[in-house]
Amino acid sequence: MAVTQHPRTLDDLPHGGFGVGTGGGQGGRSSGAAGRKRRRHESMSTWRWGDRIAYVLCWAAGLSLCLIAVAIVGYMAVKGVQYLKPELLWSHPSGEVDQSKSGGFLDPILGTILLTIIGIAIATPIAVAAAIWVVEYGRPAPLARAVESGIEVVAGTPDIVLAIFGLALFQHGLFGWMSFTAEGGAVFGRSFLTAGAMMSLIALPMVFGATREGLQSIPRHVREASYGLGKTKIATIRRVLLPAVRPNISTGAALGMGRIAGDTAIVVILLGATLRLESEGSIPGLDVLKGTGSTLTSYVYNNSPAGEGAAPEKAYAAAFVLLLLVVALNFAVDLIARRGAKTGLEGTRLGAGR
Amino acid sequence: MITEEQPPPIRKIVVDAPPTVAPAPPAGSNGHGHAYAGAASVARHGRGEAGVGGRELMALQALSVFYGDNEAVKKVSLSIRLGEVLALIGPSGCGKTTLLRTLNRLTELTPGASRGGTILLDGTDVDDLEVTTLRRRVSMVFQQPNPFPMSIFDNVAYALREQSRKKPGRGVVEPLVEDALRRAGLWDEVKDKLDAPALRLSGGQQQRLCIARAIATRPEVLLMDEPCSALDPRSTLVIEQLIGDLRKDLAIVIVTHNMQQARRVGDKVAFMYLGDLVEYGDAEQIFDAPQAQRTRDYVRGAFG
Repeated sequence: MAVTQHPRTLDDLPHGGFGVGTGGGQGGRSSGAAGRKRRRHESMSTWRWGDRIAYVLCWAAGLSLCLIAVAIVGYMAVKGVQYLKPELLWSHPSGEVDQSKSGGFLDPILGTILLTIIGIAIATPIAVAAAIWVVEYGRPAPLARAVESGIEVVAGTPDIVLAIFGLALFQHGLFGWMSFTAEGGAVFGRSFLTAGAMMSLIALPMVFGATREGLQSIPRHVREASYGLGKTKIATIRRVLLPAVRPNISTGAALGMGRIAGDTAIVVILLGATLRLESEGSIPGLDVLKGTGSTLTSYVYNNSPAGEGAAPEKAYAAAFVLLLLVVALNFAVDLIARRGAKTGLEGTRLGAGR
Repeated sequence: MITEEQPPPIRKIVVDAPPTVAPAPPAGSNGHGHAYAGAASVARHGRGEAGVGGRELMALQALSVFYGDNEAVKKVSLSIRLGEVLALIGPSGCGKTTLLRTLNRLTELTPGASRGGTILLDGTDVDDLEVTTLRRRVSMVFQQPNPFPMSIFDNVAYALREQSRKKPGRGVVEPLVEDALRRAGLWDEVKDKLDAPALRLSGGQQQRLCIARAIATRPEVLLMDEPCSALDPRSTLVIEQLIGDLRKDLAIVIVTHNMQQARRVGDKVAFMYLGDLVEYGDAEQIFDAPQAQRTRDYVRGAFG
């Protein structure tokens, strides 16, 4: 009996419990909805001034963040729609001074997509494998801790630092196959492959983190249920745990793709930031990967007043496209997460609470 | 060595209090009530083979389980018979779940756990069996319904297939899946949505799916760790009826906190306290005429 009454007691707490003595005496809880409505206001009147200020500040913080987001999207949308012409999306850029002849940004769009795919394709398997090892095996423990802090270091490294490190690394003769090699044997080090490899380090911590959280949130008894059916650990991982964390992996990957699409430093330094996709070598497919190019970010940078192109209209249009791309990715994240909550193991835990 | 004729010897190890066992005569004993030598305070009921029990499937001989230095199960000897539901009761932390998990060697997954004594499955020491084989023969249902994040069909098929393979294909396992779902009393509810995610089922259905999964490989022993504690009364009733039906083909060991449930489903009841097996016997006997003082207190709700 006491148990069933408990929630009601808790419900009353803000009313009488936290009150500063004056309590909710005025008015009381006469009846139904009206009483409840009034009670919410009364409880505020009993708050300390510090609490009231904090409450208002929290509201203000949330609202102003909303306003900032609306301002960014709104401004870019106005500018973008103003300058974005459909032909910009499918015409190649060219280095003309006359803006009517300098073309659109087809190549940067393709570059963004290609680089994102390369980066995430490298990052996801490595990140998932690392997360599985850390959570499911993780012995010896110090090594697991070292792996985790190593990934944290990568996550905390500024992209420009990753970029110059990548350049130094990939200019080594060992990686000559990844980019253009000059006649003297000097390796250029800039290509979609090298930039993609470094971009994978941008996305990797996000995929790793999401996968690790997912694995850690799977209750132990789910694993034991699989062992209890005579399954080995590796079979359990393959058939139970990996499907269970698939929404988490997708979320992490989509977040990572957003990061890659938005990165500029690595593009400028490691992709060459050439206006068009410049192929390298003669093998179809690989020639594009070994070649240089640009992405929307570097295109925006170059065409902004700070860059050499100085065509702000096109910079705005490209920035708008980039924004749409990243916002779409973020919506994809939300969608995956929500679908995961419906079909994933979250269901069991909610069920357990009932 | 325990032979089929002998009732399981029960003994009380720790005597930390004045005699807790009523000095009752071996009620109804027909000469089988042997106690271990020197075990003075033994609550025994000489009706070992008088119940529904058939062939002895599992024998626990002086089974001890340690977590580090802490002895969670203390030299327990028990017998698990075909066609019999053995209910383990006792207050929280008395070692019943540990005992249950030891039967299919799940405690080995806990760091620091170690085991003493012998567990025989059909006369074979479980340590000599491949652990995956053992767990297919002694499968388990958990407290929380925990279907895997796959379709209803795949949940059962997963148990039937070797490790992570997808073969044998659907055609081969389909009749086996249907059989398992039928035996778990779930077939009629799910036959039209076998490919729906298992996690969309209700809690009670999920638990019956877990039972279907566990009995799909035709195990000899089914372990159930408080299978109804997360369910509503109606689902509990369904599962209790299911337990009654299932026991024809296998032996069931069920851990429960609910004494009414132990009485309803149990053929035999074992009462544990602080790692000791205090008393073991027919369900009616344990509840109506407990021999040990502790059992008497517990079943009357005096503690725990």
